[in-house]
Amino acid sequence: MAIRRILIANRGEIAARIIRTCRALNIETVLAASEADRDSVPSRLADRTVCIGPARSSESYLKVETIVQAALGTKSDAIHPGYGFLSERAALARLCESQGVTFIGPTAEQIEAVGDKLRARAAAEGANVPVVPGAAVESVGAAVLEGRRIGAPLLVKAVGGGGGRGMKLVERLEDLPAAVELASAEAGAAFGDARVYLERYISSGRHVEVQVLGDGKGEVVHLGERDCSVQRRYQKLIEETPAPGLQASLRGALHEAATRFAARLSYRGAGTVEFLVDRQTGAFYFLEMNARIQVEHPVTEAVTGIDLVAEQIAIANGTGLRRELANIARTGCAIECRVNAEDPANDFRPSPGVVREVVWPTGEGIRVDTHIQPGSRVPPFYDSLMAKIIAHGPDRAAALMRLQRAIAATRLHGVASNLSFHAAALANPEFQAGGVDTGFVARLLAARPSMEMAAHG
Amino acid sequence: MSLTAADVAEIMKILEGSGFDEVLLEIDGLKLSMRRGGAPVTDGSAGAATTSMAATAAAALDPGTPKGAAALPPPPKPGASQGREAASTDPTVQDVTSPLLGTCYRAPKPGAPPFVEVGTVVSEATVVAIVEVMKLMNTVRAGVKGTVTEILMRDGTLVEYGEPLLRIKKAG
Repeated sequence: MAIRRILIANRGEIAARIIRTCRALNIETVLAASEADRDSVPSRLADRTVCIGPARSSESYLKVETIVQAALGTKSDAIHPGYGFLSERAALARLCESQGVTFIGPTAEQIEAVGDKLRARAAAEGANVPVVPGAAVESVGAAVLEGRRIGAPLLVKAVGGGGGRGMKLVERLEDLPAAVELASAEAGAAFGDARVYLERYISSGRHVEVQVLGDGKGEVVHLGERDCSVQRRYQKLIEETPAPGLQASLRGALHEAATRFAARLSYRGAGTVEFLVDRQTGAFYFLEMNARIQVEHPVTEAVTGIDLVAEQIAIANGTGLRRELANIARTGCAIECRVNAEDPANDFRPSPGVVREVVWPTGEGIRVDTHIQPGSRVPPFYDSLMAKIIAHGPDRAAALMRLQRAIAATRLHGVASNLSFHAAALANPEFQAGGVDTGFVARLLAARPSMEMAAHG
Repeated sequence: MSLTAADVAEIMKILEGSGFDEVLLEIDGLKLSMRRGGAPVTDGSAGAATTSMAATAAAALDPGTPKGAAALPPPPKPGASQGREAASTDPTVQDVTSPLLGTCYRAPKPGAPPFVEVGTVVSEATVVAIVEVMKLMNTVRAGVKGTVTEILMRDGTLVEYGEPLLRIKKAG
C-alpha cells in the first residue's frame, strides 16, 4: 500500500528535513507538535499540524499512544519518528503494527535486538564482528575478577544506557568496585535497569560508523562510513565522510562487518553500525547499532547523491532496495558542523531564547539543514541543535575550506552558539591533518582559554 | 413568559429521545434553536469569523522557504487550532479545553445522552466529555461552576491538546 500521508513525530531541523523529502515525493505531511512548537518553522511547512501535548517531551513527543492516535485521527498511513524521542522505542513500532500504521523504521524486534547492549554484542559476535573485550557483571565480586582478566583501563557502562550516559572510566583496578556500585545504582535510577558491563578502554580511538540500508529480508547495502570522532562528552559535533586516512583494507573491513551485522538481523530500513577504531593497532570493535536516521546523515547524502529519507520511505512502502543502490559511487568529501545553541565560553551551557537575527551561509557545495529563522524560538525543553552546516567538495581540503568560509559567513544573534568552537576546531592543525581521535575536543578546549571561545550573539 | 435552564434541559431531553435532529421554538419573541450531534454552528457571523482566521493562517504558512506548494495536493483540512485563538476574552466565559490529543466523545457510550448540552448547569466536577487515546478513556471535567453556552467539539472527532471543547458562562 502506497504511503500517501506521513505523520512526523519529531521537531526541529529533522522535521523540516523529512517534510522536504515528502514534498518531493508528493506525500502529505502531518506534524505532531508540542505546544512549544506550534508556531515553529516545521509546523508552518507541514500540510497540517496537530498539537499533541504540552512542551515537556514526556507529555508530548514521548507519548507512544498519543502519537499513534494522532496518526489514526489524521488518517496518516505512516509515522516517521526522526531521531531521538520515540525513534528507537520498540513500543511505538509494535503499536503501529497492531494498528495498521506503517512505521518508517525497523521492526520492534530489531529495535529491541540492537537497543540492548548485551543482545547487540551477542549478535555482533554471532555475525563474526569483533567486539571490545569485556563482559557483563552481576556483582562487584564478578566485576573484580573480570576486571583483572580484561585489564585496566576499563569502562563501566550501563546496559540500558546510551549516548555516553552512565559510563565511567576506571584507570586503576582498585577503583573498580566503587565505580561498579555507583554505575549500577545510577543505571537503576536512570534507566530502570541496574545491569552494567565492563569493557577495555581504548585510550586513543576513532569513532567510525557505517551507514546501511536493509530491505528487511536479509539484503543489505552500505553507503560508506562517517568519522564522528569530534565529540564532546560523547556528543558528536563534527562528522565527515570518508573517514580520513583509513587504510583501504580497514575501510573495506568496516563496511563488510556492518553489512554482515545488519544482514544477520535481516535489518529493515536505514541504520548505522558504530565502531571504535583503535588508532594504535588499527583494530576495530563493534560499539552499537543505531536503528534510525542519524543526525549526521547529510554527509553521506552529499557524497552519494542518495536521499536517505526517500530510501527509508521506499523501504517502508515495500519497494525494497532500489537498483540504484547496488553500485553507489561516492564522490568527494563532505564535512558537517552541528550548530548548537550553547555557549562555549560557559562550559557549553545551553542558551535557549529567541533568535533575533540569522543569516545562514550559501555557496557551492554548502547545505544547511535548519528550522531556525529570524524570530525563531529555541525552547529550553529540547536539545539545542539549531542547524547542520554541511560542505561538500571534490577532496577534503576543498570541503574543509568551504566549511570554514561557511562558518565564518554565518550570522546568528539572540542566542549563544558554538560557531566559535567550530571555527577553532576546523582551523586546528590536528583536525586539518585528519584522523583525530575522540580525545580531540578535550585537548582543544584545554589548550584554548575560554575567552577565545567567546560565543557569538 | 421565559425559558429557564431546566426548561431548556427538558426540551433537549425530548429532542434527544425523538427522531428529529433539530428543533426551532418561538415563544413570545424568544427564539430557541437546537441541533443534535454537535453539528457545527452555521450561524453567519461565526462562519465568517472561522473563514477569515483560516485565511490568516494560510497567509502565515510560507516562512520564505521554497516549498513548491503548487505541486502539492490540497492539504488535509486544517486542525481546529483556529478555534483556539477564537477563545473568548470575556472574563465571565471560560473554555473547557482538551487535556490531551485524542478522539472526543460527548456521551459515555454510543446512543447514551450527552454529558452536557447548551444550558446545562455544571460544577467543577461535572464530567463534560471523554477523550479517548488508544482505547483509554480520559474524562474531562468542567473545572468551573456555570452554565454551558456552546458545544465546540464534534462527537467522535480528533481533538488536539488544548483545543476548546465547550464554553461555559461562569456562575456568579
